[in-house]
Amino acid sequence: MRAAMHGRWTRGWLGVIVAALLAGCSGPVNSPYAPGETERTVLFTAFGERPKHLDPARSYSEDQYLFIGNIYEPPLQYHYLKRPYQLEPLTAAAMPSARFFDAAGRELPADAPAAMVARSEYEIRVRPGIRYQPHPAFARKADGSPRYVPIDPRELAGIRRFQDFAETGTRELTAEDFVYQIRRLAHPRVQSPILGLMSEHIVGLKELAATLAEEAKTLPRDAYLDIGRPAFEGAVVVDRHTYRVRIRGKYPQFLYWLAMPFFSPVPEEAERFYRQPGMAERNFSLDWQPVGTGAFHLAENDPNRVMRLRRNPNFREDFYPSEGEPADAGAGLLADAGKRLPLVDEVVFTLEKEDVPYWNKFLQGYYDASGISSDSFDQAIRIGADGKPDLSPEMRERGIALSVAARPTLWYLGFNMADPVLGGTAERARKLRQAISIAVDYDEFISIFTNGRAERAHGPLPPGIFGHREGAAGINPVVFTWDAERGEARRRDLAEARRLLAEAGYPNGRDTATGKPLTLYFDTMASGPEAKSRLDWYRKQFAKLDIQLVVRSTDYNRFQDKIQKGNAQMFEWGWNADYPDPENFLFLLYGPNAKIQGGGENASNYRNPEFDRLFDQMKNMDNGPERQALIDRMVEIARADAPWVFAFHPRSFGLRHGWVMNAKPNQMAHNALKYRRVEPAARVAYQTRWNRPAWWPLAASGALLVAVVWPALLGYRRRQRATMREAADA
Amino acid sequence: MLDYILRRVLYAFPILLGVNLLTFGLFFMVNTPDDMARIHLGAKHVTQEAIETWKREHGYDKPLFFNAEAQGVAKAADTLFVEKSLKLFLFEFGAADDGRDIAREIQTRMWPSLAIALPTFLVGLLCYVSFALLLAFFRGGALDTGGVVLCVALMSISGLFYVIGGQYLMGKLWNWFPISGYQPGWAAWPFLVMPVIVGLVAGIGDSTRFYRALFLEEIGKDYVRTARAKGLSEPRVLFRHVLGNAMIPILTGVVVVIPRLFLGGLIIESFFGIPGLGSYTIDAIQAQDFAIVRSMVFLGSVLYIIGLVLTDLSYTLVDPRVRLE
Amino acid sequence: MKPVILWSDALLFLMLAVILLLVWLLRDQESLRAPWRRVMRGRMGAASAVILAVYVGIGLLDSLHYVERLPDAEPGQAAQYSGEVRSALDALLTPLREQVEKTYSAPFATHLYVKEAVTGPDGVDIRDYPRLRHGGAHLVDPVAGFWPDVTWRGLLGLLGGGVAWGLLWLTLGRSPGSASPGRSAMWTTLLAMFCVTGLLVALAPHYHVFGTDKVGQDVLYLSLKSIRTGLMIGTLTTLIMLPFALTLGIAAGYFGGFIDDVIQYLYTTLNSIPGVLLIAAAVLVVQVQIETHPQWFETAAARGDARLLALCAILGLTGWTGLARLLRGEALKLRELEFVQAARAFGVRHARILARHLLPNVMHLVLIALVIDFSGLVLAEAVLSYVGVGVDPGMNSFGNMINGARLELAREPVVWWQLAAAFVFMFALVLSANLFADSVREALDPKAKK
Repeated sequence: MRAAMHGRWTRGWLGVIVAALLAGCSGPVNSPYAPGETERTVLFTAFGERPKHLDPARSYSEDQYLFIGNIYEPPLQYHYLKRPYQLEPLTAAAMPSARFFDAAGRELPADAPAAMVARSEYEIRVRPGIRYQPHPAFARKADGSPRYVPIDPRELAGIRRFQDFAETGTRELTAEDFVYQIRRLAHPRVQSPILGLMSEHIVGLKELAATLAEEAKTLPRDAYLDIGRPAFEGAVVVDRHTYRVRIRGKYPQFLYWLAMPFFSPVPEEAERFYRQPGMAERNFSLDWQPVGTGAFHLAENDPNRVMRLRRNPNFREDFYPSEGEPADAGAGLLADAGKRLPLVDEVVFTLEKEDVPYWNKFLQGYYDASGISSDSFDQAIRIGADGKPDLSPEMRERGIALSVAARPTLWYLGFNMADPVLGGTAERARKLRQAISIAVDYDEFISIFTNGRAERAHGPLPPGIFGHREGAAGINPVVFTWDAERGEARRRDLAEARRLLAEAGYPNGRDTATGKPLTLYFDTMASGPEAKSRLDWYRKQFAKLDIQLVVRSTDYNRFQDKIQKGNAQMFEWGWNADYPDPENFLFLLYGPNAKIQGGGENASNYRNPEFDRLFDQMKNMDNGPERQALIDRMVEIARADAPWVFAFHPRSFGLRHGWVMNAKPNQMAHNALKYRRVEPAARVAYQTRWNRPAWWPLAASGALLVAVVWPALLGYRRRQRATMREAADA
Repeated sequence: MLDYILRRVLYAFPILLGVNLLTFGLFFMVNTPDDMARIHLGAKHVTQEAIETWKREHGYDKPLFFNAEAQGVAKAADTLFVEKSLKLFLFEFGAADDGRDIAREIQTRMWPSLAIALPTFLVGLLCYVSFALLLAFFRGGALDTGGVVLCVALMSISGLFYVIGGQYLMGKLWNWFPISGYQPGWAAWPFLVMPVIVGLVAGIGDSTRFYRALFLEEIGKDYVRTARAKGLSEPRVLFRHVLGNAMIPILTGVVVVIPRLFLGGLIIESFFGIPGLGSYTIDAIQAQDFAIVRSMVFLGSVLYIIGLVLTDLSYTLVDPRVRLE
Repeated sequence: MKPVILWSDALLFLMLAVILLLVWLLRDQESLRAPWRRVMRGRMGAASAVILAVYVGIGLLDSLHYVERLPDAEPGQAAQYSGEVRSALDALLTPLREQVEKTYSAPFATHLYVKEAVTGPDGVDIRDYPRLRHGGAHLVDPVAGFWPDVTWRGLLGLLGGGVAWGLLWLTLGRSPGSASPGRSAMWTTLLAMFCVTGLLVALAPHYHVFGTDKVGQDVLYLSLKSIRTGLMIGTLTTLIMLPFALTLGIAAGYFGGFIDDVIQYLYTTLNSIPGVLLIAAAVLVVQVQIETHPQWFETAAARGDARLLALCAILGLTGWTGLARLLRGEALKLRELEFVQAARAFGVRHARILARHLLPNVMHLVLIALVIDFSGLVLAEAVLSYVGVGVDPGMNSFGNMINGARLELAREPVVWWQLAAAFVFMFALVLSANLFADSVREALDPKAKK
């Protein structure tokens, strides 16, 4: 009886605590945000890894573009809604026009053959009136001189956070800033990853880099290096709002580069400001605190926890597009047409390293959008009878929306063509590679490891890239046959692979000469337990041909090392398009780009003179039937030589809550955040509904504790009384 | 006393030097500066020139121990060992391989670490000691036997299970706390409770058993019997005499770990997304940022040595008979 | 078939041989037998010893490696062997190893855990859970036939286990001897073990008792294979650590002076580095060595084995300080005792004093430390694998299992069986190791007696 009363009392006491907890916060108790934060027009999302670089001359990966793509604005951008991807001016006033010159400096007509063109010249006009975000580098004293350059060391000593710079300023964007950034690509301390590539294309960039490197050696390590001084004819200012870029030969892909952050403007004031003594120690640098003209500026930069992009108060007039694909209007993507951008005040990126908490927080409503990992796929997606993915009832009930987009990405299993067993042009090795191409069943891989979220690859070009062919014309005849009845490609029989293997000199996986079993080595950078099942799968595939597969997993840099030196035999790799042009994929097989000699991107060290000849012809052509014919021929060669097993092109599935608007997946654009809109009221309502805490376990464990201790205490009392009685009796 | 401390500090130098030599050897064997450069320059379009430039910029283009090209003292001074390892003695950690200042990072990251580790440590000590007292109080009874068995069972579960299970139950199923994350200042508390609880539960088996054994040993001593014979009640004996005397080994045993609390917990922090030194270290190991790992090893050693000195000092405080010479 | 002896196998069997030799040599020393008899007389000690013995048995079976001979491609060629190293345990568990499904399936499931396009009876593709290739494949009607089949097989298995136990008991159990609680506990535990084994033998070839993992491998098989890794880490580490701890610890205590200073310096230095960091650094070094010398290893098993050995060596080299400090303290005390002082006065050589007087008197400390360390090392493996510096990712281990299972918890419906299997097998191992360690400590440590 008393125990029960005690239990009730415990529960009452718990009630008080719970009430106190609830009173403390207005929203759900498990909200990871400050009270009231989710009620504002703020977009909540996550980032997985602290971005290593935020310097536009230096960053070159998706996770960094997530931020700087929305802060810096290059001259061009991809149209948000239109497909196929289409370039349009961003900070440029119009699409740049190219002029061609021959070796003697005479201008050539626009349709002159590429071989005659010695140099092309792009003239870019900058839209006037664009202003930078507020930044201390622009702050001026009354006399017009910079407020913080040079900075008094005593003043700097009092500044710990970037927000401590009290005064800021702005100025208009000029052509000078674009040219300055192109010069920065050659800055010895910036170490731009595209310097090597661009030196081949931009006139004089290589020489500029050499001059600057020499100059840097004479200066102390943190001294300011004036990169504006040495002569450089690759990029020149024409007037306040016009500049010219000079390119060696013809390089039509340069326009795509102009849509990447590498070519966005950087003001010289920023360099002068950041390269002062004491700044780097405080993490004040262009790598850490960007200065852009974009819709957002980086208001809080704590890569250990949170990054906050806030609306740039100086952002020019920019409007939501009013035309798109035909289906866009029906999908509500044109509802905000003509509205001034950006549509949200702030974007909060929270650090979330692991998939599991990310997914769970998304389901709780604390992230507005999420990808789908292979493990959460079944919960989120139901594949309809027609094979089309659709949301599961659970997701639908939560008002979650799905978007699917093909990614301009290729995964492949590469053979090192310099390898004595697998490589080379000998018929024997070619048949071995073809046999493996048939045996490694990537259709199964797609179904197990990507839940069908990928398209099988028949060649190097992903769908959506010019030159890619669909249907019967697009199949890889080495691996597939066309099943006209069902209208789909059918993988060739394993018997055929075994026959090829026998012809290659390995009947049943045994070397005819020595009888030794064939052992192949697979190099991968996948390590850790998550990769185990995948590696087991690879072993199974080769076992089908009685080939022994030895997996050598290693870390990323060792892997790079092996590929660089040509020590690998087989490896798994992928390529993400820099820009939507077939050249960006086919150059991966171009002989002079071989890793071993050239340090290029041709990791297979594949070299076929015919292919290389066709590539040289194809690369500078404009899209058209002529180019298509060349590409068809090249793809055919690559399929027959089989330097890669073409694996798959992933499709990206994105989920977002019903309160997020205007989310159309755009795989090329990096500045999509300015188009997003949220409805905070709906968000708050859902969050409250989805996060009701369950308090019974607390009560239960309290009751359990009482139930255990109480009898023991009673027993002790009884014993105590007994001893006392005994003592009294004695 | 002062003499003693001075001697301990001097003794710390050879130890720290040994630590530095060891880590320097290990880390420059694992990753040549070339490899480091390649990790940091990224995947696409990297040339050997870029690697050389990177090495020069980060000061990795020097010989390891002996610089034959330099003159005079610089032959020994202008080397990687002096630059990268010996400078740690001045607490000049320099920049991480990704260019960010390590000392600054440590300064900001040690507070979240401490915010998790200190409550776990203090509340843990309190809980474990009280549980152990409870078991000792009922020694030989059903509660004691059950408690000890439970302790052994809890000890036999891998810590990873506690973390996974705790996050799953309290974060996902019951919606009590944010699943992961952190906020600075007072807003931090909802993020701290779950890791602290998990940390507490994970340590409960081991520590309770340890303290219980300590108490039982103390209870078996003569003075306890005397006290009981004098007619003192059992709780009084337990709290006044047993606890009081057992406090000496308990306190001196825990003092050595106090400075290390700054380093935080590796697993807990990375699981719960706490931006502390523990997750900093894990990230550094996984990203192979050896500048950070070297600094953390050095810092760990320094804190350990401080812990040793504190332990000796605490002896003199709790037991006046001990004098340091 | 050709036996293959991996380095870790060799060390394991060497260790086993040394232990057996010692037992045989010292079998008549009553003072040494008494404590062990005390261990086995206690309920906990006996029961946990039986469970540990089962684990060790599985581990030993898994350490008898061989490669299979390939059928001759052409007559007259030299014999060729497969590159895949198997163990006796693999041979025993052949049905489990080979019955691979496509992907996840729940324990005792007859259908896959995920929907797939299945061609229905009318030739139309629908999305449904396909039947498993092996699990419950013998059932004609997987719904109605399931329970009778499982019950029937289960009963049969239990009966078989019971009968086998009964036979064993009839032959051995009735031998005269003192009836102690330990004896009955031992037989009860054995009965339980036989029944579990009987159940598994009856059910596992027809169902996936613990389900299947992402690529369809049987989780029971993976768990059984993980046992060896855990045992290896627990035992080989101590084997490597022991010489360091013994020689350095005793030398420091016995000789004192300069030697003591140097050894103390060594272990304070090692101790002062946070353990995980030191281990991580060392493991990375070894990894690079393994990567850069692929020619040292003929098979994948040899590579994994090298990494396992290296991990044990690193854990041993960084873990000797605790025991050494303990031994140093004990040696300091023993050095002052009269018989040691007397021996020194008579000019007996140091080596002899150490071997004759000091070593036997610290052995109980060493034994206690070893059994206590064992469980800690098994647990440490899991954590190190999480940090990414554990055993080879291709190797079966509890750490790798837990780590892989972590992501499965986020699935909905949740995939819990791999985590559960790792938990059960690891828990049983560590719990019995802990209980055994307690019994040993009570029996050996004069202070622990109450």
